[in-house]
Amino acid sequence: MVTLLVARQVSASRVGAVMNRNLGALRSGASYWLVLLAGFFEPLLYLLSIGVGVGALVKNIQMDDGALVPYAVFVAPAMLAASAMNGALAETAFNFFYKMKYSKTFDAILATPVQPIEVAFGELAWAMVRSALYTAIFLVITVMFGLADPWWALAAFPATLLVGMAFGAVGMVVSTLMRGWQDLDLITVGQFSLFLFSGTFAPVGGYPAAVEALVAALPLYHAVELVRGLALGLVSWGLLGHALYLLVMMVAGLWIASRRIQRLLCS
Amino acid sequence: MAHPTIAVFERNMVVYKRLWRTSVFASFALPLLFLVSIGLGVGRYVGDIQGFSYVEWIVPGVLASTAFQMMIGESTYSVMAAFKDYRSAHAAFATRVSIGDLLRGWFLYLVVRVEIAVLVFLVVVAVGVGLSSPWVVMTPVLAALLALATAAPVTAFAAKVDHDSYFELLFRFVMIPATLFSGVFFPVEQLGWLRVAAYVSPLWHAVELCRAAMLGLPTSWPWLVHVGVLVAYGSAGWWWASLTFRRRLQD
Repeated sequence: MVTLLVARQVSASRVGAVMNRNLGALRSGASYWLVLLAGFFEPLLYLLSIGVGVGALVKNIQMDDGALVPYAVFVAPAMLAASAMNGALAETAFNFFYKMKYSKTFDAILATPVQPIEVAFGELAWAMVRSALYTAIFLVITVMFGLADPWWALAAFPATLLVGMAFGAVGMVVSTLMRGWQDLDLITVGQFSLFLFSGTFAPVGGYPAAVEALVAALPLYHAVELVRGLALGLVSWGLLGHALYLLVMMVAGLWIASRRIQRLLCS
Repeated sequence: MAHPTIAVFERNMVVYKRLWRTSVFASFALPLLFLVSIGLGVGRYVGDIQGFSYVEWIVPGVLASTAFQMMIGESTYSVMAAFKDYRSAHAAFATRVSIGDLLRGWFLYLVVRVEIAVLVFLVVVAVGVGLSSPWVVMTPVLAALLALATAAPVTAFAAKVDHDSYFELLFRFVMIPATLFSGVFFPVEQLGWLRVAAYVSPLWHAVELCRAAMLGLPTSWPWLVHVGVLVAYGSAGWWWASLTFRRRLQD
């Protein structure tokens, strides 16, 4: 990764310029702000409805180590991981595609000294601003509701950044593979299926073995397990495995994304 | 010549036959994903509610919320496009078709769409979970009521607004909260004083009626009141839609 950065002579100021262009877009009016805000509310509403509402019917969930935790405490970190994913994907999968294919923003950017890999880094950095904003507010709410210990919540924050970067990088790759806006529906379907089936609302331990193995291959599953382990203070070596999965996802995603942008826009 | 209302209906069906693939997920797959993830997944940790297993208890609610979401989704972009992008409403209006025909043909089409989704859902439920009350035969009627109570006001709204970013807000701040807090996944009594918000939602009234029909349980309020609320939403929306359509067609 580092050699890649040096070989391509990636410049921090050019990456920053790509990122700051998005800040400028915020001045275009209220609608982008509202959409930004709206993306944050969805996991929060699910936490209140399923976590607290259905949680009143569920009472406690038994963790792998035998500890019993209230259902809302179990669901909250999963919604946190999902909101890191949503924030990152909203920028890199949806807005990125629009900028690349329809508004031709990247063609304009690449007419300057900015290189494709710097576009990838700059867009990912902006997606991380959105993702981190979502998770930071969400963590504060979680602590205020008494659903997480403040110190463990602080420990979970860097994990949500890793989740955002992993999904953001892969989101850019997906963006470059889409044929038209109809394919955005496929991403929505995939994203929502991940949201429902990644051990978010129920522990995967109770599923049949084949289903459990399938779920264990899903990226959001590793994100949920990592964030949940840290937020609940259930630290084990297994968390490193989940972090490694996300790290590989991020590096591979960035590498492929910059190659795809190069091929699509510079040839 | 077919009656103008039927002509409008047929036109909508022709479009649907071309574009049905785009709505397969929302109409058929989404409700099943919810039933499996929340109903079966979370249901393992929930005891019986009102004498039914959790998944059986949420089936009527998921059915109603699917119809609700479908109707909001269908009555937004396509209504705006009929006035702004394709101007197909103006084209139809230039023939013998009146505003009444446009609305009747459109709502008839939407009810047909909901019934297809409801029947497929009922077959899947009958095979997967089983049906427990003979009153289930009323479900299609209730779904049609909910469809009109939802689609009529949303159609009016879509004909009124000028920009499609309002739809994103409608989905995020009305549709999703309404789906999550209208008694689909847990009884609204748990909401405390906030349950007043659920009383305003047409979805809650439909969920109560569908649960009564499919499980044979009593409704929270007298069933006629629930039906009355849905009829009120439908007729007020229809009236508003005829106003907004008139304004649009005169531009």
